[in-house]
Amino acid sequence: MKRRSIFLNTTAMLGFIFLYAPIISLIVYSFNKSKLVTVWGGWSLKWYTELFNNEQIMDAALVSFNIALISASLAVVLGTMAGFVLSRMGRFRGKMILSGWITAPLIMPEVITGLSLLLLFVAMENMFGWPAGRGTGTIIIAHTTFCMAYVAVIVQSRLASMDETLEEAAMDLGAKPSSLFFLITLPLIAPALISGWLLSFTLSLDDLVIASFVSGPGNSTLPMVIFSKVRLGVTPEVNALATIMIAIVAVGVLAAMYQMRRQTKLSSGQE
Amino acid sequence: MTSSQFSELHTPTMTQTANIPLWKREGAEPFLKIENVTKKFGDFTAVDNISLDIYKNELFCLLGGSGSGKSTLLRIMAGFESATSGRIIIDGMDMAGIQPWNRPVNMMFQSYALFPHLNVADNVAFGLRREGVARSEVNKRVEKMLDMVQLGALGKRKPNQLSGGQRQRVALARSLIKRPKLLLLDEPLGALDKKLREETQFELINIQEELGVTFVVVTHDQEEAMTLATRIGVMNNGVIVQTAEPHVVYEYPNSRFVAEFVGSVNLFEGIIVEDLPDSVRIRSTEAGAELHVNHGISCAPNQVVHMAIRPEKIKISRQKPEQNVNCLHGVIEDIAYMGSLSVFKVRLASGKDVRITQPNFVRDMGARFTWHDSVYLSWDMDSSVVLTS
Repeated sequence: MKRRSIFLNTTAMLGFIFLYAPIISLIVYSFNKSKLVTVWGGWSLKWYTELFNNEQIMDAALVSFNIALISASLAVVLGTMAGFVLSRMGRFRGKMILSGWITAPLIMPEVITGLSLLLLFVAMENMFGWPAGRGTGTIIIAHTTFCMAYVAVIVQSRLASMDETLEEAAMDLGAKPSSLFFLITLPLIAPALISGWLLSFTLSLDDLVIASFVSGPGNSTLPMVIFSKVRLGVTPEVNALATIMIAIVAVGVLAAMYQMRRQTKLSSGQE
Repeated sequence: MTSSQFSELHTPTMTQTANIPLWKREGAEPFLKIENVTKKFGDFTAVDNISLDIYKNELFCLLGGSGSGKSTLLRIMAGFESATSGRIIIDGMDMAGIQPWNRPVNMMFQSYALFPHLNVADNVAFGLRREGVARSEVNKRVEKMLDMVQLGALGKRKPNQLSGGQRQRVALARSLIKRPKLLLLDEPLGALDKKLREETQFELINIQEELGVTFVVVTHDQEEAMTLATRIGVMNNGVIVQTAEPHVVYEYPNSRFVAEFVGSVNLFEGIIVEDLPDSVRIRSTEAGAELHVNHGISCAPNQVVHMAIRPEKIKISRQKPEQNVNCLHGVIEDIAYMGSLSVFKVRLASGKDVRITQPNFVRDMGARFTWHDSVYLSWDMDSSVVLTS
């Protein structure tokens, strides 16, 4: 094997440090005994117990997870439909508008998305009384809206790379379009759906700006609570919370990667 | 004289009525009727007013280069494309408006299109399950089909765990399991290496004869078409140029395109000097001699024609042969030794190159001739054909 040069090694090291140093320091300090975030006082699990006893944070976490679960699932369903239509229906009236509308949330500043959704919800409430007030429901709608854009893009690119003769073969063997979709297309794009779901889940869990616009009283999400707490000064509890969230996301990402690798192995013989 | 008349003359084995193939019997009902089918993609005409009759139990090959429209025609039969105009009738049933999943037709794809997430047995069973066949019946038929293609032990494997030849057989089994009336095969052997291809060709013919399914094969490989087909339809620019049995297409091509596309050929341009009912004399400055062909053609005197002679039908010798017609003189420009045969390129006085292939009857056959040898080329009157188009 070729020896790697010192330059390459250094670059790699710097990259890793730049990416992971903040995360590692955060994890380490979450086990800090000291009350001061920046002073090391020995190992302890005390902030984790404090965290689990902090009702405000635990409630917010529950709200956030609920919202993330529901909106990721809705986004996968809607996004898959949109991606499927865009890549399989050929040319149709309004395709440009649809694909533009799909990609808009990806490039629109979150502040604009949040504000426009808030205005929409208020207008809708005035016109036909739904959604009554703002809370978990409106956050779910908002998150679904921007997450499905990501899912649609992922599904569309997966479908574009998929061998279309597989679908023709299924039709040829007697599969009607509906059973074709569930028996052939869906299993083959499943990895894209899983990664789309995981991405949506993390995006929703992470979102502060849009949620701030469309949430109501008593429905603060976790990022909103953390943000308001940090304004009053960082507590070690937040470090512990962040560590748990990193662990969850890491497990999710690893699972998605494993799934993707298994699927590419499966279909590599075909493509 | 048309090519079908030639085939009557040159098929001595087909004397008993029972042995006369369907396409030569008077009033035989075609199994697949393609009537004036045209397919346009925008301004481009992929299939140009094709009419074709294919009979039961035939193994019909559509032979053509890429872009000749052969695959489009196949996709129209399968129902993936709809014809701009014209009709497809399978076993008396007009296919207009019938969706692919309702057609009594199955297709074997060039890429095989095996479902990567299903194992071999599930791939093969897919068609039967869509029909709602009972589970026990499905299992029985899948097992039988896998045995037929010699994959009985591999039912639990996934497609990516199979070799190319095994995948090809799974694809064949999957397309045959529904007992289609018509099986369409798109370059069925294209993805296999040469050795496997030769074995599989004969397997395919055996299976076709055993099951009595009508096959329509699309291929660009003329050797594949020759060995597989009962009849070949040679396609070019969306049109079928010639439809005939393999030996007729080879020995009696009806145009320069067919002569050059199927096998290799030497063409000499000339004008007709004498046109008798059973022979033609052609004066060709390109050949530098008078050429005689022992079949008549109907054409005007002094018409410019081409005489076609296949490389293996030319004799090469040092001594001048006794015959005076169909005898040319030239110098060996190039020799290629190919194991079973040697290929010579001989340049005539007119500058025209002639290609000759000779089987290597004895060891070191090629060494009898060497570069720049002066040689005579000769052939019999019944070795060549005259092409007017």
